[in-house]
Parts: sequence; structure tokens; C-alpha cells
Amino acid sequence: MSGDSAVHQGLDETGTARARQAPRAVPAAVEVSHLTKVFGGRTAVSDVSFSVAGGEVFGFLGPNGAGKTTTVRILATLISPTAGSATVAGIPVGPEGAAEIRKRIAVMPESPGLYQRLTVTENLDYFACLSGLPRRQRRVTEALAAAGIADRAQDLAGSLSKGLRQRAALARTLQNQPAVMFLDEPTSGLDPVATHGVHGLIAGLRDRGVTVFLTTHRLEEAERLCDRVAIMSTSLRTIGRPEDLRAELFAASLDVTVAAALPGPGRVFDGLPAVQGWKDAGPAGSGPAGYVLTVTDPALAAPAVTRALVAAGADVLSITRSRHTLEDVYLELVAGTEGSPR
Amino acid sequence: MRASIARAGAVIRKELAELRRNRLIVVTAVLLPVIFLIGPTATILTIKASALSTTLDKRVDYALFMPLMVSVLVPAVMSAYSVVGEREQGTLEPLLTTPVTRAELLTGKAAAVFVPAAVLGYLIFGIFVAITQLAAASPVAAAVRHAPQLPAALVFIPLLAAWAIWAGLAISTRVSDTRVAQQLAVLGSLPPVLIAALMSFQVITPTFTLVAALGGALLAVDCAACLVVARLFDRERLITGTRPSRGIPAPAAPQDIRSPAS
Repeated sequence: MSGDSAVHQGLDETGTARARQAPRAVPAAVEVSHLTKVFGGRTAVSDVSFSVAGGEVFGFLGPNGAGKTTTVRILATLISPTAGSATVAGIPVGPEGAAEIRKRIAVMPESPGLYQRLTVTENLDYFACLSGLPRRQRRVTEALAAAGIADRAQDLAGSLSKGLRQRAALARTLQNQPAVMFLDEPTSGLDPVATHGVHGLIAGLRDRGVTVFLTTHRLEEAERLCDRVAIMSTSLRTIGRPEDLRAELFAASLDVTVAAALPGPGRVFDGLPAVQGWKDAGPAGSGPAGYVLTVTDPALAAPAVTRALVAAGADVLSITRSRHTLEDVYLELVAGTEGSPR
Repeated sequence: MRASIARAGAVIRKELAELRRNRLIVVTAVLLPVIFLIGPTATILTIKASALSTTLDKRVDYALFMPLMVSVLVPAVMSAYSVVGEREQGTLEPLLTTPVTRAELLTGKAAAVFVPAAVLGYLIFGIFVAITQLAAASPVAAAVRHAPQLPAALVFIPLLAAWAIWAGLAISTRVSDTRVAQQLAVLGSLPPVLIAALMSFQVITPTFTLVAALGGALLAVDCAACLVVARLFDRERLITGTRPSRGIPAPAAPQDIRSPAS
């Protein structure tokens, strides 16, 4: 894959997104205020407000029918809001600004949207021409190289595998050097290798200062790539950095595993520094037993817990800090609303 | 509607490239006119020189009408696919998020069908006339040559094709199934054929004045149809299948937004 060099851009050694540490002092690339969209009698998007900073990778999550695609379509000037307002690249979304916004954005829907009977190059050149890009040939060549599909440039789009079609579609969105890129499920249906490649491309976009608006069902993808995420379910359920969402929704805890169930766990754990409470992590039996301890400060609690267990004669197998994922956050916020009428 | 020639040209080139690479469409688009050529030509060539003038007239009327159908059927089917086909391929959404305007897109799509349809229509007519002049009995050839429908057909071929294209495009913007779009487009393209049929069968005599008047009227209808299609071409409707809503929504449910990063 010739795009391998791009694949690792923007990912640190653990593969997580960097640059989450400091909020960026750049103007908002997307600003949404009280956005509402009603189709007939059905409210698809209800009073949604948020902003996305320039150069940010912003994850937009939610169950099917949550209004994610509708929001993206409004921002991409495909449909008009019923109420509320939005700006994209500083331009108000509306009939007057639509043409200008379209010059500054690129949209990659879930389906790659390539003309099957045209070659990859012809597909890109067509869209470059419609976008009024100067030096089209150079742009197409550069976009193909950046997407790692230059060696298949003359192949018919219909002859490509799904992963390569996604790459070609990404190349199409890259070529007009958009200020804001909307990616709708860019890794849907891709195998792990192709997914990894697309992740690398998205990370590369961050390095180039492109604002990426990523709609996805893959929570590990959002956690890995996004600076911030918003969770939608018709209305906005939450917004923030993944680690902040985890910290806000879940108390810090320690997972303790000992060789055999403690005869009196309360006597061991109650009153220890920074330990607020405890519960059994699994059914009692003759084998190893687990306990989850709610703590205020894991660094303070862990040594105290270890000492207490050793003093009680327990064989400690492990004491680890519980790690809640974005999936836990998502399920906590959305599980109750999934399947409910919207 | 402001249009860029470069963008409309890109649409034309893309449409023609797609057509060219779909062998089945090329074969059927050529086969249909050939079938419409064979029948009338055989009709004319089998007329004997001694045939009664009424028989001769009827056959010439029929023979000169059939090739006109080529100008309607081929573009109707092709244009009916042009928007619904984009939806089917998943290209409609990325296409509509480019700065291309309705005028550029529709002009490009219409021209990409009009040019081959008009060329094909004239070609079929030319071949028909040439064969009859070369191979038909002398009085029969003269009857074809002097038929008043002949100049009328030359006027009506592009006008009928244009009507069929706008009808096909209009239907294509509102229908989500290709088969339905193509069937409706064929039906929708037929009304002006009725006028051509009345002239071809000399129910109304196609004098120069009448042809000019009807041709002018059909041209005006074609122009109006172009504007109607442009109005029908609504991005929101194309994407969602519903009309844009402008009403005030019901009060939103209270939100419980958690925003630790804000």
C-alpha cells in the first residue's frame, strides 16, 4: 500500500489521537445554534447547538436515526433547517451562502459515490472540474498519492475492492483541499487493514489543518481519532473530549483480583484511604475472586488496598485501575433511548 | 441561473463517457432506430410503381412517421436514467455538494442526450430517404421526395427529442426507481408525437406556415419545460424525497446536555 507513510501520520505509538491536550485558539469551522429539522411530523434533529474548532477532528456519534446524517446534510447545504442556524467555514448556512460553502467543504457519504464506468482519475477529474479547481491534473495526482491509490488511477472504479473505493472517494474529497471535510462512516464495511489505512488518512488530515467532521458508529474509531465527540439522539446528549466524558460519567475505580474470596471484604476495604466503597465483581466460588473499589484517588488507594490485602492474608493476583471506554459512555447515554420513538 | 460552460461541458463529457462504456445501452440505442428504419423502408420498397395514389400516400405517411419515434423513445429512456441513475450509484450526494449549479447540471445532462438523439434521428431519416431515392420505384421515390411531411420531420426531430429529454429529466428528479422513471418518461414524451402523427398522416396538412407555427409552439413548450425541470430540481427533495419544510417546529424536548469540556 503506497499510502503507508500517510497511515501513521498523526498517531502516537499507542495509536491514539494526539493534540487533545490543549484547546486550540482558532475560529470555529462549524458553528451550530439551536438547529432543528422536522420531516413531516417527525423531528429528526431537535435544538442542537455545538461548535467545531478549525483543524479539529470532531466525532459525531449516535444510534441509527439519531439525526447525524440530517445534521451533516444541513451543514453541507443539501437540506435546509426548519429552525436554528449554522455557519460552516464562517459562512452562514442558507441559500445565499450555499455556493460559497460548497467551495470550501468536501463530503464523503457512507457509499463511496463513484461512477463505476469511469476510471479513478476520471472520477476525480470530473469532480475537480465541477469544483472549478485550478491545475486539475496536479491536484488529482496529489490526491491519489495522498490516498495511496495512485497505482490504481487508471482502473475503472467499478473494478476496485470496497477498501480501494473508499480510498478513491477520500482522494476525491482531498483534492479540493477543503476547510471542512464531512466523513460519514468512512470505514463502514472495511476490513481491519483497510480501516487502519483510512484512520491514517484521517490522522493525516488533522496534520494538514483540515477540520474533520466524522460521523461514525465505531466508538473505538472515534476514541482513537477524535479530539472531541458529540453524542446525538435527535437532540444532543453530550459533547466533550472522550477522557472528560469518561471522567464525568464514571467514578474512578480499582479492579482487585485475589486468589480466593475474602471471608470479610468489608473488614479489609472499609476505612481505607481514598476508598469510597466496594462491590463483588463476580459470583463467589472456589477460584479467584474479584472486587471493584470506588476510589477518589487511585494512586493513593492502590498501595493502601495492597497493604490491607496482604495484612488480611490474601494472595493478590492483580490490582488495576478500571478503564471505561467511550463505548461505556455511549451506552450510558444512549442505550435507554435506542429504539424509542423519535 | 448562472452557468459555467466548463462545468456543463464536464457533465456532458462524463455522461457521454458513461454511455460509451455501457455496451448494452449503445447496442439497444442503435438497435431501436434500426428496427424503426427497417419497417418503413421495406414498406416503401415494396410499393409497385403502378400502385394507386391513395395506397402510395398512406404508405408514405406511415413510413415518414415511424422514424420520428426514434427522436422520442431513445432520449426519453436515456434522460429518465440521468438523475435516478446518480441516486442509484450513490453519486447524487457528492455531486450535489459540489458548486455545480442546477443550470449547469441540467444543461449538461440534457445536451449529452440531445446531441446523440438528434444525430441518430437525422441519420435514420437520411438513410431512409437515401435508400428510397436509390432503390424505390421512380414514382414512389418522387412521392417521398415531395411529401410535405419531409421538411416537417426535419423541424420536429430536434424539438421532439428536446421534449422527450425534459420529460425524462422531470420524471427522473421525482422518481426513485429506474424502471418506473423510464416507463413514465416514454409515456410523458408521447403527447407532442400526437401532433407529429396528425401531420404525418395528413389529418392536418403540414403547410410551411403550420409547421413553422407548431414548431415555434413546441420550441416554446421545450423552453418552458426546461424552466419547470429546473424548478423541480430541488436538492433537498432529491436527497430526502420530501419537500423542504419551512414551518415552525414543535417545542423541543428539554435537553440534558453534559459538556465537561465546555
